[in-house]
Order: sequence, then C-alpha cells, then structure tokens
Amino acid sequence: MTTLPARTDRKLGLVIDLDTCVGCHACVISCKGWNTENYGVPLSDMDAWGEAPEGSFLNRVHSFEVTRDDAPPMIVHFPKSCLHCDNAPCVTVCPTGASYKRSEDGIVLVNESACIGCGLCAWACPYGAREMDGAEKVMKKCTLCVDRIYNQTLPEEDREPACVRTCPAGARHFGDLGDPESTVSQLVTARGGFDLMPEQGTQPVNKYLPPRGRDTLATPDLASLCTPATETATGFLGWLDRALERI
Amino acid sequence: MHPAPSLILFTVLSGTGFGLLVWLGIGLRAPTGIAAFVLFGLGYALTGAGLIAAAFHLGHPERALLAFTQWRSSWLSREAVLAAATLAIMAPHAASSTFAATPLPFFGWLGAALALATILATAMIYAQIRAVPRWHHWSTPPVFLLAALAGGALLAAQTGLALALLLALALAMVAHWVFGDRQFAASGSTTGSATGLGGPGRVRLLEPPHSGRNYLLREMVHVVGRKHARKLRLLALGLGALVPAAVLLLPASHATIILACGLHLAGLLAQRWLFFAEAEHVVGLYYARA
Repeated sequence: MTTLPARTDRKLGLVIDLDTCVGCHACVISCKGWNTENYGVPLSDMDAWGEAPEGSFLNRVHSFEVTRDDAPPMIVHFPKSCLHCDNAPCVTVCPTGASYKRSEDGIVLVNESACIGCGLCAWACPYGAREMDGAEKVMKKCTLCVDRIYNQTLPEEDREPACVRTCPAGARHFGDLGDPESTVSQLVTARGGFDLMPEQGTQPVNKYLPPRGRDTLATPDLASLCTPATETATGFLGWLDRALERI
Repeated sequence: MHPAPSLILFTVLSGTGFGLLVWLGIGLRAPTGIAAFVLFGLGYALTGAGLIAAAFHLGHPERALLAFTQWRSSWLSREAVLAAATLAIMAPHAASSTFAATPLPFFGWLGAALALATILATAMIYAQIRAVPRWHHWSTPPVFLLAALAGGALLAAQTGLALALLLALALAMVAHWVFGDRQFAASGSTTGSATGLGGPGRVRLLEPPHSGRNYLLREMVHVVGRKHARKLRLLALGLGALVPAAVLLLPASHATIILACGLHLAGLLAQRWLFFAEAEHVVGLYYARA
C-alpha cells in the first residue's frame, strides 16, 4: 500500500558530515558495486564505452563553492542519496504500490516486480534521489543497503550501508535517528545537523552536518607585494623596458 | 520537465475525448443512430488513443493493471480507475443512443460526472507535485478542465458554449503563466536551502557529480523549451483559444467547426508541450540549472 505509515518503530538513516567529506567518490563506487551485485536488478550503464556514457547511480557527490563576504571561499563536497523521508512524496504518488515505506525501520523501498516504470515517483522527489534504470526500466533508489544491515551471513562490522563502510574519511554515519540516545542523534544535536529543503515538507530522516568554521589568519595586503617589477626596474632591465616600450 | 510526446498526446487527446463524453453524457447534445455512433465513437476513440499513448510512456506496460490498486493515495491510480469507470458506465448510454435511439440519462449523467473527475485527476497528477512549483498551484486544474470541456464542446458543435469555454480557457492559461512565473521563487527553495549552505554565504555549483547526462537531467532539468517560452505562449493562447473563438463567430457551418477544432487541438499541443518544457523542478538547484 502506498499510503505512508502513521509512525515507524525506528528511523534508520544516514548522517553526512560536510566538514569531513573529501569528495573522493568512494561511496558512489561502493554503492554502485554492492547494488549491482545484490538486491534488485543491476545498476546498468548505457553506452559505457561510447561517446556519451551514462549510468544509474543511487548516490552522487556534487561539489559546491560557498562565497563569503568576510572570509575566503569554501569548497564543500556534497554526497546526495535518498533521505528516507518521513513524509515521502515519492511513495504516495506510486499508482501500483511498488513504492513503499517500511513501518519497522522507515526505509523507503521499491518492489521492482510491481514497478511499471512510469517515473512519477522520480518527479515527486525534490532531491533527485530516484533514477530509472536505463536497461531494466524500473525505478532504482537507495535501499539503505537493507540486504547488508540485517544480513547475518556478513561479519558484524560489515552490517552497515556500503557507502558508510567504505568512506575513508569517516564522513558518513548510520544509525537510528528516531532514538534520541543513539550515536547519530547525539551527533546531529552536537553539530547542529540540518534537513535539505525543509520547505518542501518532506521531513527527511537523513541529516547533514555543516562545515565547521575555518581557522583565520590576519591576511597581509598581498596586492602590495604584486606590483609589476618593471616599473621600478633599473640598469639593463630598466633600459630594456624603456626600449621595448618605445617600439 | 521533459515534454514526452506520449504524455502530451495522452493529456490532449484523452482530455478532449472525456470533455466530449461530459457533454454527450448530460445530454446537451443527444444524438441517436448514426450521429450517436460517430460522436460517441469519437469520444471513445480519443480517450482510447490517449490511454494507448500513455501506455507507451511506461517502462513495463505489461504490469499496467497494478495501477488500478492504489487509488487511496495516488492521483495517477485514481485517474486510471476513473477513466476505466467512465468508459464502462457511459457504454450503456452510448449503445442505447446508437442502436435503440433511447438515451439512458442515469448512465449518461453518472458517466459525465466520472469523465469530469477523470480530467481533474489528470490535472492533479501534476498539481500535487510540490517539487515542480509551477505546477503546484490552483491555476493548473482549470487549464486542464477548461481545455477538455472547450474541446469537447467544439466536437459536439455547441458553438455558443464552445465560444464561452474558449475565452475562459484563454483566461485560465494566462493565469497559469502569470502565477506560474512567480511560483519557483515563492516555493522558497534555493541552492542555499537545497544544500543547507546558504547560511554561511552564497552557494554555487563548482563540480557536477558526473560529466555526462543522466536520467535526472533528461527528465527534470529540460532547459531547451524555456528559451522559446514567450513565442509558444502566444501560439498556445492564439491557436488554442482566441483564434478558434474568432472562427466560431463566423456563420456556422461544418467547415468553421472543423477549422476551429483543428486550430484548438494544434494550440493545445503547443500549450501542453510548454506546460512540461517550461516547468522547473527543484532538483535543478543541485545542477545549477533551476
């Protein structure tokens, strides 16, 4: 049923630290790898060796520049995947019931064998978290690695989403955001975690942590050190400068 | 948004077909015999053609029957249920008018109400999408409803009614553009809110996540159409509403009705193309192309 559950027992999700992310795209690759080999149809690539290659991904890293009036600009690497919203607009628009939000842990999933590939859920998502697979014509989205986190055949340290497991910077955290005592919830409180596009009313579960303030230095007047050397050139260089000027 | 030909054809053809069925259902025009066969046939052919065109939009049309199950939450599912119900309920009225020269008002009126609800459901599929601010406004459903009813009245050769509805459609289109142009700013979504980095300063995309195209850019960040928006608006307003209205003022004949119908449908195709092409999705904010 594509109505949303009134409440979920847990709110499993990610906390992404924009201060720590180095923009290496390892999470993108590990996500693509795990989700190509496991649950659901593979994440296909189209025209992979041709002139215009493209593919389906569940996680992508944008890089933004923040220009500030009183400080140097900042580069912020910005990983983006499904936010497993409490008020997920992608779920209620689905005409077939393929798109659903689980009441036990809040994960938003697609039942691929019921998906007709109409694409309306991707239109309804403000974040661009859903992509239609080019080969299989069914909607793909982040599963929060539902086939890892409960997988008893994996060693315990691997029972977290592939992106979290692989992040070399420790910029991604996984846990229950519905439990105020959980590590992720405390991280969100301590660092002032925020929602993406709160004005869209989606109530995302995933949170982002803002970049910390940068160190500041008393910046010297660099411009004064950069006056062209030829203006004060003397001797041979001075003569050369004047001679060239006259030509 | 990507102006898919299948969706443009579907919304225009089936909208006009359901509009015609509304007028035939309430007996505004109560044809019998051959005339009923032609008019009801036209209504069913247009809606049928539209529904087939819509099926081409699906990745897995073989599972389309599942789309009848989620009417509690999904406008797309409601549209499917209502469309099927309209065609089924209207059938006895159509058959009886054609073969027994006896309209069945009960089925006709019920079918007309369902046809009207179907057109509304089509409009609500778009109007409900908050992530496309231009569509998420009360001015969207009137355009769909009036376009369908005006087209239906034209096909039913109800000149007076068609004239009034065409003028109302012109107003509705203008309202949709005037309000629509302000909707993105009114939604409050900016690159700053999309990234949460708007507090510290001004945010711009430095590097996109991928050098090639992807599904999101193709489907939701269609920018080509916005360039010619002004010309297409004039075309939609003129051909879709004002010129056919003027044609209806000429002495009535089959030729004027057919001419008005042709112009109206051509204008409506332009209007619908633009409806998709100029709609900005907030995901464009992540790609610096909103």
